Amino acid sequence: MITTDTSGATPYSDTVGSHHPDTGSGSPDHTVQLLSPTGERITDAVYSARADHLDRAALEGLYRDMALTRRFDTEATSLQRQGELGLWPPCLGQEAAQVGSARALRPQDFVFPSYREHGVAWVRGVDMRQLLLLYRGREHGGWDARAHNYNVPTLVIGSHALHAAGYGMGIQRDGDVGTGDRDRDRAVVAYFGDGATSQGDVSEGMVFAAAVSAPVIFFCQNNQWAISVPAAKQSRIPLVHRGEGFGIPSVRVDGNDVIACYAVMAEALERAHSGGGPTFIEAVTYRMGAHTTSDDPTRYRSRAEEEHWRQRDPLARLRTHLESIGTGEDFFTALEAEAEQLGEDARSYCRALDKPDAESMFDHVYATPHSQIERDRAWFRDYQASFEDGVAR
Amino acid sequence: MTTQPTLERVAMAKAINLGLRRAMERDSKVMLMGEDIGPLGGVFRVTDALQKDFGDARVVDTPLAESGIVGAAIGLAFAGYRPVCEIQFDGFIFPAFDQITTQLAKVHYRSGGRVEMPIVIRVPYGGGIGAVEHHSESPEALFAHTAGLRVVTPSTPSEAFTMIQQAIASPDPVLFFEPKARYWDKEEIDTHADDAALGLIEGPDGVAPGVAGLERARVLTSGTDVTVAAYGPTVRTALTAARVAGEEGRSLEVIDLRSISPLDIDTVATSVTKTGRLVVVHEAPTFFGAGAELAAAVTERCFYSMQAPVLRVGGFHTPYPVANIEEEYLPSLDRVLDAVDATLGY
Repeated sequence: MITTDTSGATPYSDTVGSHHPDTGSGSPDHTVQLLSPTGERITDAVYSARADHLDRAALEGLYRDMALTRRFDTEATSLQRQGELGLWPPCLGQEAAQVGSARALRPQDFVFPSYREHGVAWVRGVDMRQLLLLYRGREHGGWDARAHNYNVPTLVIGSHALHAAGYGMGIQRDGDVGTGDRDRDRAVVAYFGDGATSQGDVSEGMVFAAAVSAPVIFFCQNNQWAISVPAAKQSRIPLVHRGEGFGIPSVRVDGNDVIACYAVMAEALERAHSGGGPTFIEAVTYRMGAHTTSDDPTRYRSRAEEEHWRQRDPLARLRTHLESIGTGEDFFTALEAEAEQLGEDARSYCRALDKPDAESMFDHVYATPHSQIERDRAWFRDYQASFEDGVAR
Repeated sequence: MTTQPTLERVAMAKAINLGLRRAMERDSKVMLMGEDIGPLGGVFRVTDALQKDFGDARVVDTPLAESGIVGAAIGLAFAGYRPVCEIQFDGFIFPAFDQITTQLAKVHYRSGGRVEMPIVIRVPYGGGIGAVEHHSESPEALFAHTAGLRVVTPSTPSEAFTMIQQAIASPDPVLFFEPKARYWDKEEIDTHADDAALGLIEGPDGVAPGVAGLERARVLTSGTDVTVAAYGPTVRTALTAARVAGEEGRSLEVIDLRSISPLDIDTVATSVTKTGRLVVVHEAPTFFGAGAELAAAVTERCFYSMQAPVLRVGGFHTPYPVANIEEEYLPSLDRVLDAVDATLGY
């Protein structure tokens, strides 16, 4: 069991509040796990049924999602190191939490992500190369949120928990909950991290969603570190208990177990779609990389801790399992080639990006003409034009 | 086709109530959210009876959290709704300041123009009602300083009736500052004015305000000696000043700015080119206030026409004072007339 450290014997408690004993599946102090760190399927009285239909092909699909996410993420980190990106927030280590939860979504569900959800973006069908635009300093967003039902990132920590609550209120007003029509019922997910749970907007988001039973899933990836501050310094109780305080059904899941993440999200979505209201999910995972490429984790955490979590790598775990149920080497070889191509595409796309027209800074500030913007734009245009003959006036 | 005017004498609070009602009738996506706006009708009764008539899905008593109100409104706008948020008092808008400035103002820009934020935030503002701390402030400059927001303020019931409907029809977020000291001012308004009369233009996605609707200042009295620019609660003071000054043979041109973002520089500059003098009046502190921006912009345009520096009459660089001495803080008739005298003394 990797979850609740009641003995104090292991050096790294994976969850905050180790005085809360695990009292079994269905209890908030239980950590749902359907695949052990060594790759064996685990039976869970409540959640196994949510994932029983995942056959080998489906599991290979989840592995592919995670492997391609990791390859892209690694490429982006390299691109930053090469000076092609200003910044990159790696999702290394969090692929299972992201892919597993996102694969449970239906196309009509909407997602408000934070900035590290590259695996969710992949599952939602965003062209991964567009994720680079923000960090290349080329766009503040990068894609059409409504085309993928996946918003562009919100960088102010936790602000989007409220947007999700409001979006859920909109779904209710559209009558798209509890119809029983699986193509119509909708839900909305806010993805955020352990640090965000300290933000007032996350609490307010849960207050608003709970007050009206809005179809909202608060998906917290507890990756242990809010830049340099551990989750234990931000909460006296396990984060999963935060949800309960708002009257929101809450569950903790092994965030490095893609099958379990799928299962808990499937349950939360069923609750939301059927009109049962919000759910809070704490996915216990680990940010194996730096917070961003500007961060230096060696200043605040040990190599031993990182090694502890490396043993729980979400991809290695599923690969071991796949190999045990008959996935052949050719699958992994073909996937590696596909991943290489994805990396190459990202690299060439990124390097070919030119600087946008400077005057585009005035575009889309308002949806309708605003005289101050037009004055500023006209001044800027004249100023630029004054250099055309090579002489500044 | 024009309908017969249905003239009704109403207070500004009622005029906004009627405007909200019209907007809700016009577009089923319009909804109201705020604290105590349901059965109570809001602390100023601006939403009186609207929940009874439109239901609690469209008139929502929210939990008591301003950031939550605006943040949830943003999510509703993502989902295709047009929320009108009520912030109970000016001084309570700050818990929502982050959502307004980092999110609401920037969603359209961040999305590359793909996601509009047709949200109105109604804020009763200004002093003069003998209130306790946080209930008399004028924070409009903070929002005008944030690109992506429109900031407007009506000065009369008829303006309020029209402008609230234009604000709701706008695809941009609008901070709608309501001068609470004028809530009880009465005026005859045409409650059945059609969309054209309200400055609303039929478009592919419903009605939208014409450019003039929300952006233009209005020249209220024509004059030749001094231009007096005011907005919201101080317009009435400026008009009184024009009358008093007129009795002394001085001709003031009073302009109701109506919009703080953008500022209608053209209208003010045209006037100052004629008069050569400008006094700006607002309740907000003059330091970094709307008057400072107007003074700079007008000076750039009208330097060779100006006979005197732009003078400002407004609040001091203090927190809003206790009610017992607010009359000394607020830009009074005497202070406006004093500034007029001063500018004519150059």
